[in-house]
Amino acid sequence: MPTIQFNGIDYPCNSGESVLDALTRQGVMVPFSCRNGICQTCMMKSAEGNIPAAAQKGLKSTLQAQNYFLACACHPVENMAVSLPAEPNRLLPATVTAIRPLNADIVCVGLDCPELTYYRPGQFINLYRDSHFSRSYSIASVPADGYLRLHVRRLPNGRMSNWIHNELALGDNLHISSPIGSCFYLPDKSGQPLLLIGTGSGLAPLMGILRDALSQNHAGQIYLYHGSRDKAGLYLVDELRELEAAHGNFHYIPCVSDGTESEEYKAGRSLDVAMSAHRDLSGWRVYVCGNPEMVKTARKKAYLARAAMSDIYADAFVAAAPPIGNAMSEKQTAGKIP
Amino acid sequence: MNEILFEKLGGAAAVDAAVDIFYRKVLNDERISGFFDDVDMEIQAAKQKAFLTMAFGGPVHYTGADMRKGHAHLVARGLNDSHFDAVVEDLVASLQELHVAPELIAQVGAVCESARNDVLGK
Repeated sequence: MPTIQFNGIDYPCNSGESVLDALTRQGVMVPFSCRNGICQTCMMKSAEGNIPAAAQKGLKSTLQAQNYFLACACHPVENMAVSLPAEPNRLLPATVTAIRPLNADIVCVGLDCPELTYYRPGQFINLYRDSHFSRSYSIASVPADGYLRLHVRRLPNGRMSNWIHNELALGDNLHISSPIGSCFYLPDKSGQPLLLIGTGSGLAPLMGILRDALSQNHAGQIYLYHGSRDKAGLYLVDELRELEAAHGNFHYIPCVSDGTESEEYKAGRSLDVAMSAHRDLSGWRVYVCGNPEMVKTARKKAYLARAAMSDIYADAFVAAAPPIGNAMSEKQTAGKIP
Repeated sequence: MNEILFEKLGGAAAVDAAVDIFYRKVLNDERISGFFDDVDMEIQAAKQKAFLTMAFGGPVHYTGADMRKGHAHLVARGLNDSHFDAVVEDLVASLQELHVAPELIAQVGAVCESARNDVLGK
């Protein structure tokens, strides 16, 4: 009889019993709904990755790669150690190694974080100014860079972003969470065409995903559409042009939506430009990051253009609501929701 | 639950094959796409999958009360028989596209029909 370890306690699992049934029978609270492997409410994470294939059916491949599985569809054949997919709360110390303006509104922050041994470019971390005050930022670097790179856009009244822009200095110490999120590159289908669409600092995760794909010799075509209202809002243009020159399968298309025309960029919103250039996305993998409205529309348009739902990865950058009075104002002013 | 129908259709694999085609048809269908404007794509796709599993006679157990509760906000927005018919039509077209035998499609239609009054809050 296999046992299921949860929060340090071993729970026996009867033959034919699912992880969900075994845990709930013994009084462990696991959220669930359909009990049929469909709704994904009972998703859990395995420590060792010894997961029966049926328990990962229907999950996004990025979640599968992180050992997530559905407790209701998991009939263990050997002992498993499992946890609920709660946000990791152990904080890692980090030191500021670089602060570099990317354009008038966005700085690149470099962080040295020795305890961070592994991450997927495109995931995000929560950056803590103090123990109560944090915001989420996507990871634009790849592990080979040696330090983390974040793109921080200054938001009007954004307490974290203004602090970073005005006060944060080289050598400062702060804390970050472990990496979170499932918007990242996977090398499982190297020939698959990739479509990357981002607005503003939504370029950050796309930059990580792009560099990860190129470093793993992704064989399919890769198109990156980065949009901004005006030319001044575009950034990392030279770096992206260099990557384009060095990799025949990478195509960089900057887009400007204020109506000006130029040979250097396309006129129009990045999503519109991308969707009119790629009308049939069957077989493509699509990544969309940035403005929440754009992300929502993009998911739908990509799907209607025949991209499979499971091949659409999105990260919406949400600026939090302004504080109401003085209560509970310490959450999510400049961050994003996973 | 109609195990025989579900098996004949190809079980969970058939649901996976049909859901992408079906939901795309629904979103492209101007008669009903307005009901889906404000919903999260992934949550909605999971619901469509549950719906198809049920329509295929598979192991999803919604009670009449679940159906009424789940669609009440749509009924308040004007959901009526014509919309219900449009969804069934899109489902039938999806199954035809997948070359499902007509008699099985008819059985799926009957399963849908049995939920009509609960969905529309009648």
